[in-house]
Amino acid sequence: MSAAYPTTWRKPPQMIQSRGWRIALAIGAIAYLVLAIGSVEINWTRVIAGMERAQRFVAGFLQPDFTTRWRDISNGLMESLTMTFTSTVVGVLISIPIGVGAARNVAPQWVYYICRSIIAISRALQEIIVAIFFVALFGFGAFAGFLTLTFATIGFIGKLLAEDIEDIDEAQAEAIRATGASWLQLINYAIQPQVMPRLIGLSLYRLDINFRESAVIGIVGAGGIGAALNTSLSRYEYSSAGAILLIIIAIVMVSEYSSGYLRKWVK
Amino acid sequence: MSIASADPPIWQHRTPRKRLLLWVGWLACVALFVWCWERMTQRTIWAFVWDAPNAAADIGSRAFPPRWSYMERLWGPLWDTINIATLGTLLGIAMAVPLAFLAASNTTPSRWILRPLALFIIVASRSINSLIWALLLVSILGPGILAGILAIALRSIGFIGKLLYEAIEETDISQVEAITATGASQAQILTYGIVPQVLPAFYGISVFRWDINIRESAILGLVGAGGIGAQLNASLNTLAWPQVSLIILVILGTVVVSEWVSAKVRHAVI
Repeated sequence: MSAAYPTTWRKPPQMIQSRGWRIALAIGAIAYLVLAIGSVEINWTRVIAGMERAQRFVAGFLQPDFTTRWRDISNGLMESLTMTFTSTVVGVLISIPIGVGAARNVAPQWVYYICRSIIAISRALQEIIVAIFFVALFGFGAFAGFLTLTFATIGFIGKLLAEDIEDIDEAQAEAIRATGASWLQLINYAIQPQVMPRLIGLSLYRLDINFRESAVIGIVGAGGIGAALNTSLSRYEYSSAGAILLIIIAIVMVSEYSSGYLRKWVK
Repeated sequence: MSIASADPPIWQHRTPRKRLLLWVGWLACVALFVWCWERMTQRTIWAFVWDAPNAAADIGSRAFPPRWSYMERLWGPLWDTINIATLGTLLGIAMAVPLAFLAASNTTPSRWILRPLALFIIVASRSINSLIWALLLVSILGPGILAGILAIALRSIGFIGKLLYEAIEETDISQVEAITATGASQAQILTYGIVPQVLPAFYGISVFRWDINIRESAILGLVGAGGIGAQLNASLNTLAWPQVSLIILVILGTVVVSEWVSAKVRHAVI
């Protein structure tokens, strides 16, 4: 009778129930790790030589030098900020019709497919690759960056706005339709009031993302503070680079907190 | 006359004061936009901009058809790219998990010292893009895959850490209480009370980050951190447009596949 009760207990597996699959997955993972780590070539002499640079970089980060390159830094920062703002505004303005067109419940079938494919293209291409092309087409500088960020904003806002419009409360749209409203009136009185708070929230979020991205696309020549960072790193001026990184971190933190605050306020 | 003045006022959505404020707000936005635009385009060379359609047609005609035979030289970099993303994600997870437990308000051992420190590391990691991390690491460690892996790992810490500590804070307290009531130690509370609750979220977050990392590792090579981006950079520098178009097709294909894998896994887990 006492033998009927087990005296030990093992935690049951949580994710994969079958024992065979677990073992197969573990073996596969180990095999992959061995192969992958084996293919990483590390030049240890170079790494050790780099440690001295790492020290200088950390020192530069702790004692940032804002003054020597202040002209470059402030120009880059100004370019980044103006680029961020203009591209967000233009991007949101373009993405509103595209977002409306990509919502299944308000757009006809053929418009829906066109708008969805525009969104898919904009989302599939990374900012950096788009920036490379725009720099090749429009020349170096902030204008190419502006176009890149606008392009990326269209996919982001368009997709989320379309999903939002598809999720609206149909009863309100039904009520407006019942009054004999035209399509434009339907959008204006039934859709717009429901999605506006979220659209504002998304635009603020995108403003935040666009600033971060503007710091990156400068590396491939699209202007902004990324260009200043790239220059200072290739000149081995680590204290200026540290200053630029600190400015980027500070602005990102400020924009993250203030956009979170603003989004709460808009709701 | 008296009848006309007795008419009820026309209904309006906003009071005049509110309308004026709204109008001023919009005007300020437009003014800011115009000023920003002027400032931004100060140094733009418009001749290049107007010439862009010609340039696009020119590049387009050179880029097509893609040079398919170049593919055999891309398998190696592609393998490197996937390794950068996967190993970087694993390394990022290894560093992010302890940080997340330190940062979650219900599991942190010290609320006033370790928690703010962990939160600061998470925010700092999140605010620097992996390309910038790669730029720094390449200048420190030299070009190669190692710099790419570390860049991806450092960027992933913030992302995984943030989402994971939010998941830990959202765990159901009653399960933790039940485990505590059995007389379990702190470590046992963690493994039996909290870990099982956050495990699905953890897998979801990790696969999601892996998917993002595949996209990012494809371009890290532009700054010398290995992978297929290095081939892209070399092709761009030699203006070999047929190779560029092939590489971009390969990157797009990889992104689509990784998105599909991550969607499948997340669907299975959550």
